[in-house]
Amino acid sequence: MSKSDLEKRTVMSPDGEPIEINPLQDYFCDAHPKVHEPVLPIFEKFLNWARSESLWVLGFGTGCGAIEMRPLMTPRFDAYRFGIQWRPTPRQSSVFIISGYLSVKTLKRVIRSYEQMQNPKFVIALGSCTINGGMYWDSYNTIKRLDHYLPVDVYIAGCMPRPEAILAGFEKLKELIRQGKGEGANLYAQNFDWYKANQKKIIKDWDMPDYNW
Amino acid sequence: MSTPFDNIKTVFRNAEVKPQRQDLYHLSIPKEQLVALVTHLKEVEGYLHLVQLTAVDWIEKNQFQLTYILNNPTKRLDVMVKTFIDRDNPTMDTIHHMWEQAATYQRELREMFGIDFPGSPRVDKPFILEGWDNIPPYRRDFDTKKYAEETYFPRPGRETNDPKEYMKKKLYPDEI
Repeated sequence: MSKSDLEKRTVMSPDGEPIEINPLQDYFCDAHPKVHEPVLPIFEKFLNWARSESLWVLGFGTGCGAIEMRPLMTPRFDAYRFGIQWRPTPRQSSVFIISGYLSVKTLKRVIRSYEQMQNPKFVIALGSCTINGGMYWDSYNTIKRLDHYLPVDVYIAGCMPRPEAILAGFEKLKELIRQGKGEGANLYAQNFDWYKANQKKIIKDWDMPDYNW
Repeated sequence: MSTPFDNIKTVFRNAEVKPQRQDLYHLSIPKEQLVALVTHLKEVEGYLHLVQLTAVDWIEKNQFQLTYILNNPTKRLDVMVKTFIDRDNPTMDTIHHMWEQAATYQRELREMFGIDFPGSPRVDKPFILEGWDNIPPYRRDFDTKKYAEETYFPRPGRETNDPKEYMKKKLYPDEI
């Protein structure tokens, strides 16, 4: 989609009638995300157990850390035995791994993908770049703190973390979800305005809808 | 000693030849004759491959240096063609008609150094910095650290240890 596709314009219908379209309003929902309250505590506990045993990861490598996810799919580390698998689209995934440094251009794509994921969703941040900027601490185009733009559940330190460390991070995430602490999506809904303000502070040509679901 | 560029002075009197290695020569040329020289090198001398096009910011001289690295695959020779352009009015002739990939280099230079290449395809479209509204980041008067600290929420409480002081304290605590 190019920038001009999102502009307000008049098009001719097949019947020869002019129609005004505004893609940002017509094609995208403009309601705030909602906080999902647990229905019944015991039922929620069962759901959390089920969620923790089936983590579907979005196959989106943002930085160099993506190379550490490949060995996890191979027989040596075999993340599939923990109920973790990689999916091609955000609509099918529940875990977003931010693998390493994040440039402003990539952050824009990351936000769009994150908002398209279904609730509940979790974010794992790999490497020191997502924590404090890492070796890109004085870069003009790389963000320093991921938790200002997306709610992060688990940080895995290292530059880069080994596949064993990522597996340990997955185990930690499972623990958090079973304890009912994997509330990233709700946190994002609660502090939505703050997150959007931070995102818009650095993404200066905001040419996408505010709400991507 | 004869060099591969002995004849070039007869055609381009302003060119300066400086051997760097056996297989690498530097050529300096005024801005106006650069495209003619590069065309001559490609069409006549057989420098068919554009290795890269890059720029250096000489802020003290108020100049940008543009470096075109060309390669001759049959003679196995490299040549670096250098030219200087004014930093206040950074405009250069495009060479995308000779190598299409030069347009990408020129687009990057337009974004990172603010050097304009009129006529180069898509040169004004954002390359990796979408919506950049500051001075181009590869210019040396752009303070990267200050910009990053103002923009990207530095994490507080970060402590750094000077390795020399730290090891002194650790190994020779009595001497402090």
